[in-house]
Amino acid sequence: MFYIGLFITYIFISNIVLTQFLGLCPFIGVSKSSESAIGMGMAVTFVMALASIITYLVYHFLLVPLNLTYLQTLSFILVIASLVQFVEMVIQKNSPSLYQALGIFLPLITTNCAVLGIALINITEGYTFMQSFTAGIASGIGFTLAIVLMSNIREQLDMAPVRKSFKGVPIAFISGGLMALAFMAFDKALLANLLG
Amino acid sequence: MNILFAFIIIGSLGLLLGLGLSVAAKKFAVQKDVVAEEILEILPGANCGACGFPGCAGYADALSKGTTENGLCSPGGAQTVEDVANILGVAAGEVQEKMVAFVHCTGHAAVSKQDFHYEGLDSCSAAHLLFKGEASCKYGCHHLGSCIEVCPVDAIHRNELGNIVVDPEACIGCRKCTLVCPTNVIKMIPYRGSHAVACNNHDKGGVVRKICEVGCIACNICAKKYPESGCVVEDFLSHCDYSKPDTQIAEAAAACPTKCIIEAH
Repeated sequence: MFYIGLFITYIFISNIVLTQFLGLCPFIGVSKSSESAIGMGMAVTFVMALASIITYLVYHFLLVPLNLTYLQTLSFILVIASLVQFVEMVIQKNSPSLYQALGIFLPLITTNCAVLGIALINITEGYTFMQSFTAGIASGIGFTLAIVLMSNIREQLDMAPVRKSFKGVPIAFISGGLMALAFMAFDKALLANLLG
Repeated sequence: MNILFAFIIIGSLGLLLGLGLSVAAKKFAVQKDVVAEEILEILPGANCGACGFPGCAGYADALSKGTTENGLCSPGGAQTVEDVANILGVAAGEVQEKMVAFVHCTGHAAVSKQDFHYEGLDSCSAAHLLFKGEASCKYGCHHLGSCIEVCPVDAIHRNELGNIVVDPEACIGCRKCTLVCPTNVIKMIPYRGSHAVACNNHDKGGVVRKICEVGCIACNICAKKYPESGCVVEDFLSHCDYSKPDTQIAEAAAACPTKCIIEAH
């Protein structure tokens, strides 16, 4: 039950983009077409799940025993960046088709703040190993949901009569803000109702 | 002491990860297509799409795999075709003649009649939707410059009169402007052609005379009086047949009553 709650929390209630405002750069940058938005969403989900695991291990088996927990941000950036680079190489070698789908997006998210954000949230919330992993996947799905919705809106906006001064990024940010308002309907009370 | 300890730990963590990555880079190195990379260096790199592939990299890839033919790169010209042939180890074959875009219209607002005044989107296709443009001549240039926007090498500009002109030296022959033009007034002509008929109107002479001062009135002077000019009048419009000799084209241009045979460069 707790794991279902985690999923609902990180997909809807604390959506990484629309509620916590992390990862806005790819959210605006790669949401021009739904095809690339799905690719980006998958890549972010993949990296978030991996980063949750690896940062959990680094934190609990390296930083805590050495009393260096204040270095978590620095070491997480280091670890996540090299992890993504490594994963990119492995995918390129072993699965060219997956590399075609995700490859160009992977370097973009090496030090994405959404990825780092969920790693830090996992630590502050005191999640266990499996819970961190679940939160990572759920946040990734939440990011995918937000960016795919956004890309569909922006594809429609391209044909809408938008004023010249609002064309492109400004109207995208306004739409993003309205989406965030809509997502405020999902809150902790809803979760309590759902799960009792 | 604490700082030193943290410094050593983070430093060695970074060092370890860096070493790990460099080992992985060796171990998981992917053999890239050497031939394709060499060809890519020769290609102009304009990514214009004239060859029909998505960018120069796409064409280089197809060339190295042998799924396409050499000589599709019009911006590169003969030299590129030869270099690519050297890499592939095949004969260079036919080189396509360099073609450049030419706007077959000089009828700016001061010399041609307008039916109404257009005040809409700055886009030729949008203007074309409304009674095929504001000018009385429905064959000519709308002068809104959609072609200027699509040109990948900025070869198209607006001159002081307001006419849209293509710089044949800068044009790489990618044909993007011919695709975006709603009236098809931009056509490809061979680069070697010195003159061209700057009119696209197929109406009879009397009709053209009423609506435009610089339109072709199909008077046949160029074709009849100067048979060596290469000019051919068809469907009430003169045009240059570049496969014919054009020794008299300059005289024909001077004799043209509406002066619509102009220098191409």
